[in-house]
Amino acid sequence: MAIPLDTDPKLAQYADPSSLVTTEWLAHHLDDPGLVVVESDEDILLYETGHIPGAVKVDWHTELNDPITRDYVDATGFAQLMSAKGIARNSTVVFYGDKSNWWASYALWVFTLFRHPDVRLLDGGRAKWQAEGRPMTTEPVSRPKTPYPLVERDDSRIRAFRDDVLAHLGRPMVDVRSPDEYSGRLLHMADYPQEGALRGGHIPGAANVPWARATNPDGTFRSRAELEALYGGEAGLGAGDDVVVYCRIGERSSHTWFALTHLLGYRRVRNYDGSWTEWGNAVRMPIEREVDPA
Amino acid sequence: MTSDALPARLAEIVEDFASAPPRDRLEMLLEYSQSLPPLPERLREHPERLEPVPECQSPLFVTTELDEGLVRIFADAPPEAPTTRGFAGIFHAALDGLAPADILAVPGDITARLNLAEVVSPLRLRGAAALLGRIQRQVRELVATTAAR
Repeated sequence: MAIPLDTDPKLAQYADPSSLVTTEWLAHHLDDPGLVVVESDEDILLYETGHIPGAVKVDWHTELNDPITRDYVDATGFAQLMSAKGIARNSTVVFYGDKSNWWASYALWVFTLFRHPDVRLLDGGRAKWQAEGRPMTTEPVSRPKTPYPLVERDDSRIRAFRDDVLAHLGRPMVDVRSPDEYSGRLLHMADYPQEGALRGGHIPGAANVPWARATNPDGTFRSRAELEALYGGEAGLGAGDDVVVYCRIGERSSHTWFALTHLLGYRRVRNYDGSWTEWGNAVRMPIEREVDPA
Repeated sequence: MTSDALPARLAEIVEDFASAPPRDRLEMLLEYSQSLPPLPERLREHPERLEPVPECQSPLFVTTELDEGLVRIFADAPPEAPTTRGFAGIFHAALDGLAPADILAVPGDITARLNLAEVVSPLRLRGAAALLGRIQRQVRELVATTAAR
């Protein structure tokens, strides 16, 4: 049976209201058969310290990536992962996580590469759920294994590779890193490990809109009008544009991809997951270092 | 170098991790994150005395002191960063109360020998190596300062 949509008025303003659920909605639907809650965090142990009852963990680093090649798992790997987590092709998957859903968005984006039909994000993520005093548990979750079909990953719609980005130069692009990474002053996020970029700066022509500007202090998404002002007004993008977003390894930009695609209804947004750790290391990639005076 | 050369407690911890199945290794790391003692009052009131370890993905702070010739280790990381706390908990359990020379003799590749790369990812392990590096540098400085007195 299909899981109903969250009809909360806040969500109705967005282009795709079915892509978000509120904490209130989730609290009432936790036991719905056919719904699987997935926690995806930066810290691989955070889930073990307490999670939403019944939620399974999907780790972006050790489970969604191929262990050898810098790429995501393939059809077989994804089907095995889904099967082990108890997710069926017709399951409604609600993602949540730490850091304003930064990694949850990344997991949702990877699920979208496999065209998993019903994926939704918990507005406000783990922090909001906890702040509201909603139940958390350390109870181990074991869901029965599910069959999951082999579905080829579709990299053509929402993923951009280095050559795609080279061909895209001069067209709309958003660098969602911090201003210091964008300007070239820092090679990586402040307080984060150096992940090995040899050159600093940004891809020529990219606008700088740090990802977190799409969120409120409680981790929920800003209103549609605020998002329009940010991406349409400030960054000069339009819903019909062909847009490439990137960051350092493609995680923060998944969050922006989600906002542009699902909340504003942009029709062609691709996430360049190679991002700065590829571009800033590759030979002869064009780089801009000045901060845009605008 | 064999693990025989390691301080006894550290050798035990390495052996525990190396022999545990992957699932248990994560569980053990979680236990170390819970066993990291809270900072003493005097350091909680003066967080500037702790050195940040920016190589960790989450904020981690560490300081060392000499107490009658033995090294005391104080570290802190937020509860929402259990992996980082876990690394700090391991080094605290393994090295707190040892002589400076024993701590300085710990090889830099010790974090690789914990067999955590496969369950935690190499990226997240870098912070652990950086933490050990900073503890050892602080201990070298403590020893030098004490010797100069």
